Amino acid sequence: MKTPAGLDAVIVGAGHNGLVAACYLARSGLKVLVLERQPYIGGAAVSRRLYEDFTYSNCSYVCSLLRPEIIRTLELPKYGLQVIPYEGGCTMMQGGGHLALYDNHDALRREISRHSKRDAEAYDRYSRDVMRQCKFIKPLLMHEPPDPTSFKPRDLMELLYLGKRFHNLGEKRMYDTLRFWTMSAADFLDEYFESEIVKAHFAGSSIIGTALGPRSPGTAYVLLHHYMGDIDDTVGAWGFARGGMGAISNALGASFEASGGTIRSGAPVAKILVRNGRASGVALADGEEIRAPLVISNLDVRRTFLETMDAKDLPEEFLGQVKNFKIRGSSGKLNIALDGLPQFPAIPPGSPCTRGDMHVTDTIEMMERAYDDWKDGRWSRAPYIDMLIPSQIDPTMVPAGKHYMSVFVQYCPYELADGPWDAAKRQAFGDTVINTIAQHSPNFKNLILHAEIRTPWDIENEVGLTEGNIFQGELTMDQLLFNRPVPGYAQYRSPVRGVYMCGSSTHPGGGVMGAPGANAARAVLRDLGRAP
Amino acid sequence: MTDSPAPHYKQPLLKTPFHERARALSQIDSFIPWAGYTTVDVFTTMEQEYFAVRNATTLYDLTPMVKYRVSGPDAVPYLNRLVTRDVAKLKPDRVAYVVWCNDAGHLIDDGTIFRLGAGEYRICTAERQIDWLLDSAIGFDVQIGEVTEQIAALAVQGPTSCAMLKAAGLRGIELLKPFEIGYFSLGEHRLTLSRTGFTGDLGYEVWMDPAAAETIWDILMAAGRSRGIRAIGSQALNMARIEAGFIMPNVDFVSAEHTIRTGRDRSPLELGLGWLVDFNKGHFTGRRALLTEKKQGSRRQLVGLDIAGNKPAHNALIYTDDGGKREIGSVTSAMWSPTCKRNIALAIVDAPHFQVGSTVWAEIYLNRELVWERRMSRAQVVERPFFVPERRRATPPAEF
Ligand SMILES: Cc1cc2nc3c(=O)[nH]c(=O)nc-3n(C[C@H](O)[C@H](O)[C@H](O)COP(=O)(O)OP(=O)(O)OC[C@H]3O[C@@H](n4cnc5c(N)ncnc54)[C@H](O)[C@@H]3O)c2cc1C
Repeated sequence: MKTPAGLDAVIVGAGHNGLVAACYLARSGLKVLVLERQPYIGGAAVSRRLYEDFTYSNCSYVCSLLRPEIIRTLELPKYGLQVIPYEGGCTMMQGGGHLALYDNHDALRREISRHSKRDAEAYDRYSRDVMRQCKFIKPLLMHEPPDPTSFKPRDLMELLYLGKRFHNLGEKRMYDTLRFWTMSAADFLDEYFESEIVKAHFAGSSIIGTALGPRSPGTAYVLLHHYMGDIDDTVGAWGFARGGMGAISNALGASFEASGGTIRSGAPVAKILVRNGRASGVALADGEEIRAPLVISNLDVRRTFLETMDAKDLPEEFLGQVKNFKIRGSSGKLNIALDGLPQFPAIPPGSPCTRGDMHVTDTIEMMERAYDDWKDGRWSRAPYIDMLIPSQIDPTMVPAGKHYMSVFVQYCPYELADGPWDAAKRQAFGDTVINTIAQHSPNFKNLILHAEIRTPWDIENEVGLTEGNIFQGELTMDQLLFNRPVPGYAQYRSPVRGVYMCGSSTHPGGGVMGAPGANAARAVLRDLGRAP
Repeated sequence: MTDSPAPHYKQPLLKTPFHERARALSQIDSFIPWAGYTTVDVFTTMEQEYFAVRNATTLYDLTPMVKYRVSGPDAVPYLNRLVTRDVAKLKPDRVAYVVWCNDAGHLIDDGTIFRLGAGEYRICTAERQIDWLLDSAIGFDVQIGEVTEQIAALAVQGPTSCAMLKAAGLRGIELLKPFEIGYFSLGEHRLTLSRTGFTGDLGYEVWMDPAAAETIWDILMAAGRSRGIRAIGSQALNMARIEAGFIMPNVDFVSAEHTIRTGRDRSPLELGLGWLVDFNKGHFTGRRALLTEKKQGSRRQLVGLDIAGNKPAHNALIYTDDGGKREIGSVTSAMWSPTCKRNIALAIVDAPHFQVGSTVWAEIYLNRELVWERRMSRAQVVERPFFVPERRRATPPAEF
């Protein structure tokens, strides 16, 4: 991997957003180098083999947000990306019983009716309202957010666009939108459902990845964020990436290299170099310096400006805002190799709902308690888990007859009240999760061949996500749209000319979506006077 | 009700109590889902079934129609707040066609209200909405419950339907007036009949205990044998209802409870159902918005179109001119009417072009052996319904 001369741009980090930005820049003719700290690419969208022939989606595990226009433009299917839908999902209840989600609308209605007839019909209203909000927000995803204080024609046009869309909603829906963006998921769900289990099931996505509880204001938006992939009416954009989430990053890498780009992995960047107030390149940890007039950082905003740049190169007020950027770790992850398929006695035989996302938290109260533990600086004793067995659908991940289980865990703190993380504590955290699952699956423990246990601390160290925050920063109103990552710098540019941001810290935020990377590339190209 | 033996995640659709009878008559295995049940779309051919509606008598399984029981001391004030028509005026044993709206005056659904007894009403409608009905009931002393599964229903429609029912043993059926409810016995079975239907023809709807369903079906089939009885599917019914000018949810309008995009909601005034809105009865949901719309005039309206040529204008866009320069609406339902020998359609058309007598143009695409041709056809805005036979109202009806 030698470094090409005459670089136009260096991208720091081969997370999927860095790779998306890299692809767009290379396609428009720039000479681009991507530098990645790890020996593999992908960041939090990665597939690795840590045990025999088992492939894990080590961090992210479902592809729900990746923008179809990116898949198409960058020709990702040609480079091996295939997204396969999964079926339904369920929440198993304490002491038996369950709520399943089925793709078939009539099956779903009859299923919810088992818990509440009214909720079964309220579900349509709920989906409608979520879709209405998503439809409003969707076009904003691939837009650079306007700067509300600027009088530049572009900003005014974008603001006008935003305002017009808002106005078109009509008065009532406008109120709904404002409420939606600020209320708690629990309050939001209370407006539709009466059954605890139904509310608990839908509340799940409102807490995934956030340091908030289902009763915290702002979580209704997080719930929406997770639904954003549902709106595209494009079949096949939602589900498992065949081969794990790394398939996305690998396809991006291949697409990038096919347009002449270069990736250097195992090349940690120590410093973004600034000369005369503009970017001049980067210095690697081993001292090697690489020159380029543009440096685009895929790292989160804290890591970019506080750790890889000199404070003296940055305005003080900006630094203060970056320091205040909320980026708290709250999630853990287990990847488990299984000798066979675990049984879940609560699920009736033949139900396809175990082929989707499975949960064991059956009340919002339980979720809030799990959050209380996090606030107290310990992992949830009864954690919320989002558990899937992709190997039931994806034949590429494990040897025949074996299975891979991905378990996302909420909540797990970055810093424990009783001192730093160590191997014993990590194991104890893992055991808590395994025991939680075992309560619902008698043969589960006996099937475990290997488990990768990741705390927020591990995620920070391995992936580079500050505090292990999966979204590179909380998705709260004060950190969204033109406030993301910090007011005045929501357009992928930084205070230093030639230094850009393209990670999930920027609009529209975290998840394997690719939108920040694509938007950032567009901003760079616009500044260069090139057509995106 | 005959729940399918398989669990819902293996067989999501329920079977109606007539299912076995219908399956036995189905020649082409053409079933479609309707409100959670599997029902017949076509038994033999759509045309044969359609002509049975206009020529003889037909059975159509109506069981999936969603039914709610509304009872209690506040039933009338409750219903009066819910729907736009004055329910206080509904006499005992009568049925009224009604619509209900949200606060913005946008249509949630249409349906019928049956007055079955003191403080005892039934709402029949196409879509489930207990959620809306219960929310609307806050502050009223009423009980509301879904009774869909407790009542099996058959639509008996066509010129010989009265004669057939008489032959089956329903004494006095010929005296039942349009929108009237009557109670009859057939052997040991008690039946409720209403002179209602969705075909615009002479016809009845028969409401019964699901346990009696197969017996009643057999009796009616036997009684109708010499009167050309046929079981019909949804396709034939759809032809008849377009001729009759009736609207269908998710075809001619989308319930305001389901629209996602702004501007897709429809008011009853826009749908040409202004005659169902009673501004003098006191408050009802949507009244203020509808009053405003009435004063300012509707921006668009559902109209009947009589289109040149004989090619149905399915999904056609509507223009002011044959050059297709100004788009002013689109067709929601279209067909060649075999009875009227007219090319008819229901369409949503912008103001002011929805006045009866206006000329508009429909852009019709024709598939001629896989070669598509585009036609601009002149269309006239005409009165609905397109077809209103005398027999529909005649009491007593004739033998055929
Ligand atoms: C456990 C977990 C589960 C998740 N589940 C899902 C999910 O199911 N679905 C979903 O859509 N999203 C999920 N997410 C969120 C999603 O994965 C992330 O938001 C997204 O992948 C972030 O992508 P990114 O490109 O912005 O940043 P990153 O993936 O963080 O990329 C940053 C890259 O920079 C590299 N790097 C760091 N420091 C340096 C340096 N000094 N020099 C060079 N390179 C460096 C890193 O190694 C990394 O490759 C999950 C995240 C986690 C952690």
